[in-house]
Amino acid sequence: MNPWWSADWFTSRSDQILAATRQHVLLTVIAVGIGLALSLPLAVLGHRRPRWRAPILAISGIVYTIPSLALFALLVPFTGLSKTTVEIGLVGYTLLILVRNCLIGLANVPDEVVDAARGMGYDGLRLLFKVELPLALPAVFGGIRIATVSTIALVTIGAEVSYGGLGRLILEGFQNDYRAEAFGASLLCVALAIVADLLLLGVQRLATPWRRG
Amino acid sequence: MSIWDQTWTWLSTGSNWTGSDGVTGRVTQHLELTAEAVLLAAVISLPIGIVLGHFGRGGVLAVNIANAGRAIPTLAVLVLLVLALGLGNGPVIYALALFAAPPMLTNSYLGMAGVDAEIKDAARGTGLSAWQSVRRIEVPLAVPLIAAGVRTAAVQVVATATIAALVGSGGLGRFVVDGFETNDYGQLVGGAILVALLAVIVELALGRIESALTPGRRHPAGTSSPASIDPSMTLPAGASGQAQRSS
Repeated sequence: MNPWWSADWFTSRSDQILAATRQHVLLTVIAVGIGLALSLPLAVLGHRRPRWRAPILAISGIVYTIPSLALFALLVPFTGLSKTTVEIGLVGYTLLILVRNCLIGLANVPDEVVDAARGMGYDGLRLLFKVELPLALPAVFGGIRIATVSTIALVTIGAEVSYGGLGRLILEGFQNDYRAEAFGASLLCVALAIVADLLLLGVQRLATPWRRG
Repeated sequence: MSIWDQTWTWLSTGSNWTGSDGVTGRVTQHLELTAEAVLLAAVISLPIGIVLGHFGRGGVLAVNIANAGRAIPTLAVLVLLVLALGLGNGPVIYALALFAAPPMLTNSYLGMAGVDAEIKDAARGTGLSAWQSVRRIEVPLAVPLIAAGVRTAAVQVVATATIAALVGSGGLGRFVVDGFETNDYGQLVGGAILVALLAVIVELALGRIESALTPGRRHPAGTSSPASIDPSMTLPAGASGQAQRSS
C-alpha cells in the first residue's frame, strides 16, 4: 500500500512542511523583487534609448535559454552550494519576462498622452513616474504575475543545491518511494502559485482602479 | 585543483566522451527523449489547436492552458508520473510531452484563428470545400505561428529532459545530477556547459527553420500577438514564439 493521499503526512510533518513553504515563498519573493528592481531600469533604458533594446533582450534571452539545472550547476564554482546560487539563477529567469513586459507597457503608452504631459511641463523622471509608469502598470503587473508563477515552479529545482523549498520534499518523496509526500508537496506548490497569482491580481486591481469597468 | 581545472580535465578526457554513458551517448539519449516527446505532443495538440482555431472556438481554453501549465513544476510531474508508472523512458516521455503540448496548442490555435475571414470567404468562393480551405489555405497561413510553437515546445523539452535525470532518466542531465551526488565538480560543471550548449544550439537551429518557414521579415519580440487579446494575459503563452521557462 502506497497511497497518494495521507492526512497523516500533513500533520506529522507539519513543522518541516511549514519551513519548506516559508523557504519557497522567501526564495520567490526575493527573486521577483530583485528581478523587478533590475528590469525596470533596463526597460526604461531600452525605451528611451532604442539602440539598447536589442542587446538587453538578447542577453536576458540567452540566460533564459539555459536549463535551470545547468544554470545552478554553472554558478556553483562562483557561489558554491548556497542560497545565493539558487537566487541568482531565479533572478536571471525573471529578467526576460519582466523586461519584455515593462518595455511593452511603456511602448503602449499613447504618444498623444506623452505629448500632452510634456505640454503641461512634465519631463524626465516626473514624466516617467507620474505618467508613463502608471499607464504601463497593467503590462508590468502581467509580467510580475507570470514571473512569480514561473519562479514558484522553478524553485523546486533548487532542491539539487539544497535550497528548493517544497522541491526538497517532492524529491524526498521520490527517493523514499513515498507517494503521499511527493503528491502533497506538489499540491502545495501549485496551490502556492495559484494563491500568489490571485493576490497579485488583487493588488493589480487596487493599483489600477481606472481599469475596472 | 580549481573547479575550472577539474572541469577542463573532465571535458578533455577522451573516455568521458565514448560509450552509452559518455557524452555522445548522453547527447543521443537527450535528443531521442526530446524528439519522441515533441512528436507525441504534436500529434495530439496540433490537430486540436487547428480545429479549435478554424472554428474560432475554445480560445480562452487554448490560451489559458499554457498559463495554467506554468504553475505546475516540471519536477512534480516527472516525480509523480515515475512514482505512478515506474522507472523508465515511457513515464519520462509522457511527462515531457505534457509540457510540450501547451505552446503547440496555443500557437496552432492563434495561427488558425488569426487567418483573415475574407481570405476564408474567398477560398470558399472559389469552390474549395471547408476541408480543402483548411488544408490548402488556412494551415499554410498559420505555419509561422505553428513553427514558433514547435520551437518553443522543443526548447522547453530540452530543458525539462535535463531535469529528468533527477528521476533516473538518461540524457545530458545525468552528468549534472551525478556530479552533484558524488561531489565531482569537474563532471558537474562540464555537464552543465554541455547542457547549456545543447539548449542554445537547439534554440538557434529551430529558430533558423522557423524563419525559413516565415515569409517576410520576422516581427520584433512581443509585437506579433494578435491585438484582440489582452497582452498582459497572453504574452508568454507563445503568441510571439517566446520560450516558456518552467525548468
